[in-house]
Amino acid sequence: MTAETLRFAYYPGCSLHSTAREYDLSTRAVARAAGAELIEIPDWNCCGASSAHVTDPFLGFALPARTLAQGEEMGLDIVTPCAACYGRLMAAREEARRHPDLVRRFEAATGRKLTGRVRVLNVLEFLGEPRVAEAIAGKVHRPLTGMKVAPYYGCLLVRPPKVTHFDNPERPVTMDRLLATAGAEVVDFPFKTECCGASLGVSRVELVVELAARILEAAARAGAEAVAVACPLCQTNLDGRQTAAAAKRHARFGLPVYYITQLVGLALGLGPSELGLGRQLTDTMGLLRRKKLA
Amino acid sequence: MPNLKSPLLVGGASERRDFLGQVDAMAATTVEACYQCGKCSGGCPLSFAMDYQPRQVMRLIQLGLAEEALASRTIWVCATCFTCTARCPRDIDIASVMDALRVLARRRRIQPGDGNVVVFHRSFLNSVRRYGRSHELGLLLGYKLGTLRLTEDLVLGARMLAKGKLSILPETAKGRAEIAAIFAEAARGEGADVGSAGPRAAGAGSPTAEAGKAGEAGERP
Repeated sequence: MTAETLRFAYYPGCSLHSTAREYDLSTRAVARAAGAELIEIPDWNCCGASSAHVTDPFLGFALPARTLAQGEEMGLDIVTPCAACYGRLMAAREEARRHPDLVRRFEAATGRKLTGRVRVLNVLEFLGEPRVAEAIAGKVHRPLTGMKVAPYYGCLLVRPPKVTHFDNPERPVTMDRLLATAGAEVVDFPFKTECCGASLGVSRVELVVELAARILEAAARAGAEAVAVACPLCQTNLDGRQTAAAAKRHARFGLPVYYITQLVGLALGLGPSELGLGRQLTDTMGLLRRKKLA
Repeated sequence: MPNLKSPLLVGGASERRDFLGQVDAMAATTVEACYQCGKCSGGCPLSFAMDYQPRQVMRLIQLGLAEEALASRTIWVCATCFTCTARCPRDIDIASVMDALRVLARRRRIQPGDGNVVVFHRSFLNSVRRYGRSHELGLLLGYKLGTLRLTEDLVLGARMLAKGKLSILPETAKGRAEIAAIFAEAARGEGADVGSAGPRAAGAGSPTAEAGKAGEAGERP
């Protein structure tokens, strides 16, 4: 084997440094185990998330563009685990090609160059990169046998399809396959791409409690014992609003909401602390103990 | 019930077309193509909380009823999940139309149909302007002070703090001069209201206001 190390530019985004630190930990741990090197973009900034693009088109473009430009300077494909960051980077990439005027304004303001040609990978694409996928498939030392998981994709990995060009907007399967590789039992889950309400979780709590209730209820009905996600906002809403959602439905969901990288990491034999498994609000360890996975 | 005034009563034909054209250009789509099938509204996860259904918003734009569209609660309750965009049989990018309406509502200083959502966005962007990154605890506190919803979510907040999910101190990006230049460039544009820079950068506040006036004047033919 003379193949050079697989290297990627890594854009964690703000959530992975705070509310979703376990997503950052587990993504890095899985990458290491799969022999891929993630090099953090040196001076990344916030992508503007839900707020910039609803305020001003240039702001919505330029904030993610600055991070894209740094990825281009590094000459590496960008991996970004947060679905919202991914959506904003992909949208900016698209706009950079369509609107030279936006690029000119951006370049004049920041003194950076931007082509919009850098590849941006979400976490499922990263884990599906041929050499990464091969390494993972070959290292499943602790299959998640008997663990029934609902794969929840949310919105921004698959929509808008003309921008993300990823999987299928109504019925994606990439995460299903990854969970199957990890040995889990994937349940037939009709709410894979329903919205969790995103940042309305702060400003319109009661709406997000309702949306979370719908999704968790669908997962419970499908026989799931856990939900897998690939987005910090999905995780925060389904996990943080779970108690309120259960109360609203007079139910008890008790559904741990794992990041997909935590589940893959477990299957690779990584330890719970390496994967930040104690950090979620809804208990994540009880189920793992019942399944003899921890 | 929404009151759909006759389009004949609201301004001239050219003004109506101007609004439609402006939204189409900003969203890079063709709102005229909507034939009211309702697929967007049937699939919208938040339609239950809206005053106008998404298909009604498309109709308001076609009719040139700018005020109704821009003051609607719908545009702020929309979570930009793109379900409508992905499903529209007329290929209208409905979610981007919602973005265009939100931007126009802010530019024209229209009383938002949902004030709390706007306070959240403002608080979020103030954090990004200041640090280059969003500081969740800080922006949550800013949001609470802005809305006076001081007691909401104290328990959840405490649980998240205990789990180390909310950092006390903000992280900062080094290139804050570049971030400031990006905000300044955005504020220079057509009447953009990208929030206040706060007391620490009071100088940046006035160009924003001036750009706002210039933009408003510029919109009048």
